[in-house]
Amino acid sequence: MLMSTLQQNHSEHIDSETGKLGMWIFLFTELFLFGGLFLVYAVFRAKYSEDFHTAADELNTFIGTLNTVFLLVSSMTVAMSVTAIQKNNRKLALFLVLVTLVLAGLFMMNKYFEWSHKFEYNLYPGSEVLKNLPRGELLFFGLYYMMTGLHALHVFIGMILLSINIVKIGKGTVNQQHYLMLENSGLYWHLVDLIWIFLFPLLYLIT
Amino acid sequence: MKNEGVHISSYSSHGIVLTVLLALTTLSVMVTDWHLGAFSVSVALLIASIKVSTVITYFMHVKFESLFLKLLIAGVFVIYALVIIITFIDYFLR
Repeated sequence: MLMSTLQQNHSEHIDSETGKLGMWIFLFTELFLFGGLFLVYAVFRAKYSEDFHTAADELNTFIGTLNTVFLLVSSMTVAMSVTAIQKNNRKLALFLVLVTLVLAGLFMMNKYFEWSHKFEYNLYPGSEVLKNLPRGELLFFGLYYMMTGLHALHVFIGMILLSINIVKIGKGTVNQQHYLMLENSGLYWHLVDLIWIFLFPLLYLIT
Repeated sequence: MKNEGVHISSYSSHGIVLTVLLALTTLSVMVTDWHLGAFSVSVALLIASIKVSTVITYFMHVKFESLFLKLLIAGVFVIYALVIIITFIDYFLR
């Protein structure tokens, strides 16, 4: 990987600082990607608050809450894995990243059941049922699928990153001296959590 | 050694942060049942903002990062807040 090559060629302290800074700058672009969608949501919610309320009632608060818990716990386990690698406890770090990956899988499984349940009622983008709903409800479901879909894509990418870290910790290429990859993947994973923290009340809890 | 001077968060501190986050989640679900009307969105967003700040400060380790990075992150959120405010000013005064 480029990161580890860079770490070998330069002073380590400066590299991990700049590597992290680069990751943060990338995360800023991600914030604005979702930020744009939140803005669209805010404007349409202000315009069609009644329809948004009716449509949001269709969502299952229990599944949403459960998924929030999965993501919060997984955020902690990935943060703990960085602590573990810093303390040179590779086994624990490996275990914690694995737990994070499992929780991510559970989140996706829930999402799958949630979406397929809606598909059974013909509530999917482009369906006749959805097209005939009031305009505000149509907008709500459009935003719901766009935002949770884009978020789920990020969860999926996060799972790939976590898997790479599991391999690298196992091989020892991510270790007490070189753990920038794990740190940055952790930052990415926390971003996935951050976005969900806002999505959850806005989509599932609004009254 | 690299780890000299690097702040290592303890396992227990991460545990405490998670407890706080789960408590705030419970609160945010409970608030929905209180039917606060127009305030329910503001309360939900306020709780979400507290949770997000907590994750950024502790899980994302920003509390122990350089002042430069802290200012950069704060700056990005200020820019985003401005985008929202300006959009809504435009939307309501149109």
